Amino acid sequence: MTIQEIQEQIVSEFSVFDDWLDKYNYLIEMGKEVPRIDERFKTNNHLISGCQSRVWLHAENRESKIYFTADSDAVITKGIVNLLIRVFSGQSPEAILDADTNFIEQIGLKEHLSPTRSNGLVSMVKQMKLYAQVYKLKQDN
Amino acid sequence: MNGFTASELNELRNQFPALHQSIYGKPLIYLDNAATTQKPQLVIDRITKYYTFENCNIHRGVHYLSQEATAAYEDVRAKVAGFIHAAKSEEVIFTRGTTESINLIASSFGKLLFETGDSVLITGMEHHSNLVPWQQLCKNHNGELLVAELDERGEVSMEQYGKLLEQKPKLVAITHISNALGTVNPIKEMIAMAHANDIPVLIDGAQSVAHMRIDVQELDCDFFVFSGHKMYGPMGVGVLYGKQKWLEQMPPWQFGGEMVDQVSLHETTFNQLPFKFEAGTPNVAGVLGLGAAIDFLQQTDLEKIGLHEMIILNYALEKLKSIPGIRIIGNAAERAGVISFVVEGTHPSDIGTLLDKMGVAVRTGHHCAQPVMTHFNVPGTVRASFAAYNSLAEADIFVEAVQKAVNMLC
Repeated sequence: MTIQEIQEQIVSEFSVFDDWLDKYNYLIEMGKEVPRIDERFKTNNHLISGCQSRVWLHAENRESKIYFTADSDAVITKGIVNLLIRVFSGQSPEAILDADTNFIEQIGLKEHLSPTRSNGLVSMVKQMKLYAQVYKLKQDN
Repeated sequence: MNGFTASELNELRNQFPALHQSIYGKPLIYLDNAATTQKPQLVIDRITKYYTFENCNIHRGVHYLSQEATAAYEDVRAKVAGFIHAAKSEEVIFTRGTTESINLIASSFGKLLFETGDSVLITGMEHHSNLVPWQQLCKNHNGELLVAELDERGEVSMEQYGKLLEQKPKLVAITHISNALGTVNPIKEMIAMAHANDIPVLIDGAQSVAHMRIDVQELDCDFFVFSGHKMYGPMGVGVLYGKQKWLEQMPPWQFGGEMVDQVSLHETTFNQLPFKFEAGTPNVAGVLGLGAAIDFLQQTDLEKIGLHEMIILNYALEKLKSIPGIRIIGNAAERAGVISFVVEGTHPSDIGTLLDKMGVAVRTGHHCAQPVMTHFNVPGTVRASFAAYNSLAEADIFVEAVQKAVNMLC
């Protein structure tokens, strides 16, 4: 699926919830299923700054696609990371770099987009795009 | 004496427009007062009035507006002096806030007295703003920052404090109330102990001025610092109280207009107290707003506010304790203002996020006191902090919201 298609799928999943409680319960469930980062990558090098909770993110390049794994000590943060991983993992660097993240707003998690927000969603997206940029440069060379 | 009656509390709440709003469709329950309090209408009105009718620069104009504004500004200085029971108005210096007050002392007092190897004594519960300036001052003089450690309840060990005083630090800098734990330090005793060793004492009053009567002469502290915005006043204005004998000797720390007496191209003589520490155009609107905040505290009765808050805090604390897995961080015998906690199996930021969705504003994280978090071995805490306008009903909703968040997360 393309990034756009996955985002639409997520938007449609969230559209069945009419109150915040169900939405966050779903996010918490997703947090429990995040593709776990290998313990050996849970180092300061993989920590994303700007988060009140700790978030580790790792990227791997296989056959011109980037695969992300992550972990966090906060479960809602993990749920948000998981959403991003669903959207970006297994995509090409170009597709990741070109993608927008409008779906976050569409599923009603707009408040997490503020750059000062403690869960650092913006930092996570930035870090994922940074990985994509690095792999793209490597490919181009 | 009791806290506020229902009608008194209602009347008090009606003075705060910000309290009467909904967040995500739920009534706002504001429990982040240790970060900043909401502002009563009279403070907002005072600032508006200044910019609407009185705006001008002070201390230099011969014209009507300037003289009126200067008089109003200086009246607030006298009001602050009265509020904290200072001997003289000249002992009150206006700053941008607690942080600037502490930095002013670290810079100026440091220049006056510090020599190679000199140290400062603080406690293990200081806010970063009463830690980093001293840490850096000590570093710059190859001295050691002495720290009176906390016990498991979050109280300073007085025995260790006494021993550290024997190392003759040049200054003791301690918080009156911990912003992260709510511990009320026995500052009168701590000041007396320091003075017995001829060591001056700075008290960080950021978390205490809005909750209890302060008498700097009775305390006999050498410096007392606080911010306007944590006592119902505006942001960007704060106070440095210092005993005249220190302020007279201390060199200016910022230079510019207002703080000078005579200036030639190569020489300057400095203005007298308090102006020598107030370089440049001050935050006049902020100072006037601070004056209105003091009016509010005095009209409402500070002693009654303290009692009311204590009732709400103890009520919330007891109810919170019934939540399985909860761990209250900081259990000092004397507590005021804040409750800090963590819940087993959850992260503070998750609880904070869910409370927010339920309309309850709390603070999560390290509260600018990372060494305190390290001491208690927690990544951060959830902190609820109380003000005059909080109610028992709000405490109920808060505790229910915490329980609901825990149920979702565990």
